[in-house]
Amino acid sequence: MTQASEFWSQLFVFVLASFIGLGVIRRVSRLLHTPLMSITNAISAIAVVGSIVVTGADYPPMIRLLGGIALFASMTNIVSGFLITDRMLKMFKTERKPGDGGHR
Amino acid sequence: MMATLIHPAYIVATALFIFALHWMNTPATARRGVYAGVAGMGLAVAVTWAQPGVVHHGWIVLAIAGGFVVGVPLAMVPLTAVPQRTALSHAFGGLAAGLVGTAEFYLGLGEGPETLTTFRMVAIVAEILLGYLTFTGSLMAAGKLQELKWVPQRPVTYPLQNLTNLALLLVAAGVGTALVLYPTAEWAARLFPVVIVLALLFGVLLIIPIGGADMPTVIAILNSYAGLSAVAMGFVLDNKLLITAGALDGSSGLILAIIMCKAMNRSFTNVLFGAFGQVQQAKAGGEQKVYKSETIEGAAQVLEQASLVVIIPGYGMAVAQAQHKVRELYDLLKKRGIVVKFAIHPVAGRMPGHMNVLLAEADIPYTDLAEMDEINPDMPQVDVALVVGANDVVNPAARYDKSSPIFGMPIIDADKARTVFAIKRSKNPGFAGIDNELYFSDKTWMLFGDAKSVIGELVKQLSSGSGMH
Repeated sequence: MTQASEFWSQLFVFVLASFIGLGVIRRVSRLLHTPLMSITNAISAIAVVGSIVVTGADYPPMIRLLGGIALFASMTNIVSGFLITDRMLKMFKTERKPGDGGHR
Repeated sequence: MMATLIHPAYIVATALFIFALHWMNTPATARRGVYAGVAGMGLAVAVTWAQPGVVHHGWIVLAIAGGFVVGVPLAMVPLTAVPQRTALSHAFGGLAAGLVGTAEFYLGLGEGPETLTTFRMVAIVAEILLGYLTFTGSLMAAGKLQELKWVPQRPVTYPLQNLTNLALLLVAAGVGTALVLYPTAEWAARLFPVVIVLALLFGVLLIIPIGGADMPTVIAILNSYAGLSAVAMGFVLDNKLLITAGALDGSSGLILAIIMCKAMNRSFTNVLFGAFGQVQQAKAGGEQKVYKSETIEGAAQVLEQASLVVIIPGYGMAVAQAQHKVRELYDLLKKRGIVVKFAIHPVAGRMPGHMNVLLAEADIPYTDLAEMDEINPDMPQVDVALVVGANDVVNPAARYDKSSPIFGMPIIDADKARTVFAIKRSKNPGFAGIDNELYFSDKTWMLFGDAKSVIGELVKQLSSGSGMH
């Protein structure tokens, strides 16, 4: 594939994905905007994929070191992003626990 | 075998990410979204790691282990610290993109000029600009939110600030263009770090004029940048999974930023270049207005006789960690058959959705949290509006005072309630430095003190009072 057609197919994917993103995110409950931010953080840490290749390939050590730091940063986002999202979501409840009283 | 598996695996991962976000549309399915996200990520990591091109494993294991060591404690921070954690994770995202971009450039230089085509160089330059400016910008934002001593809290402004920033950006873009045109010139390897330094500097300068009240918008914009830098990385590496996942993050940040801007009736450019801090000094002075204070006993009595109470939380509730006391108050009022609702302004707090998370943490059912547009028509029927550490979002001046910096901002109509109690730490104006005339209204009674202790006193009063009935 030529450079140009590769670029255009990438751009194509980007534009379509952005439209999907806009459509899906617009319907996210306003209650959940903070967890939304942390889960998209974790998802965009998919940069981990690029970092793994750079870190693990047969490249000069300096290059691999840069990749390793990037991998560490992305992995931190993945772990903390998903964990804290789940932690927050667990707290959203419709009703009080039984025995807590105070039904509406 | 593994090499052919990578494409279907990436498609599945993309689908899982889209489902993850789709399930966030209601709290009932949201946790399913997390599992979908984790599954997609796990799949993507496993398949990539198994690629034949990945031959060294030691550093990968080390870096992943490091990610767990740092990531797990970062996920355990108190919920009041979530805004700064989020800013920090944007910084990490930006850093990762910047570093991979840097690695790809020097790799291309070493391997031969034919790898550094024009398209690729444009992507690399975009990646490092976005990546590094997101890195320092988000670090600054995190520092401001964490209230670190060496990070100025108030907006820092100086003459020709916007011009300086613009000039810096132009220089960075110019140097970047030179690199795109002549990626293999002998000076390219030395010019590349210049772009990095300029991007790092620009990130800092972009954030220092921004005050705390604008943080929800800025965090959303940085969120978008972090996503876009992942997209740029996808262009560099020709990796469509990176492009899609980054685009999802980028559009999420964009939508949140738009919602925040609408909620403040301001534009992007105004938030980023408006330097909110300086406008209001002119308004200081004027006639001395008088607050009316109320005692805890008096407030408790009024609350007891109400049938509909609306609590309006703001950043002050987060600062004082008052959400659990608020919940005790909520319980006591409910027990007396009083209807209690929470009115949440979109920009209350320091990030989108901040108040909802804090109240959910305190075990308040989300069915009792109402958005501004939902509750405003009911405000005239409200017996007591209790303002807990919110200020600008209930300032009636936003409706008509054209000289006010918050003019035009949609507000929660606390002033339409029959009685207003406002809890405030001190008699100083709020974050934006604007006097709030709600506090001087005939039906407003001030309860001065830290939100947590004032509500605590109210709770004590109400629970002891119940014995007398």
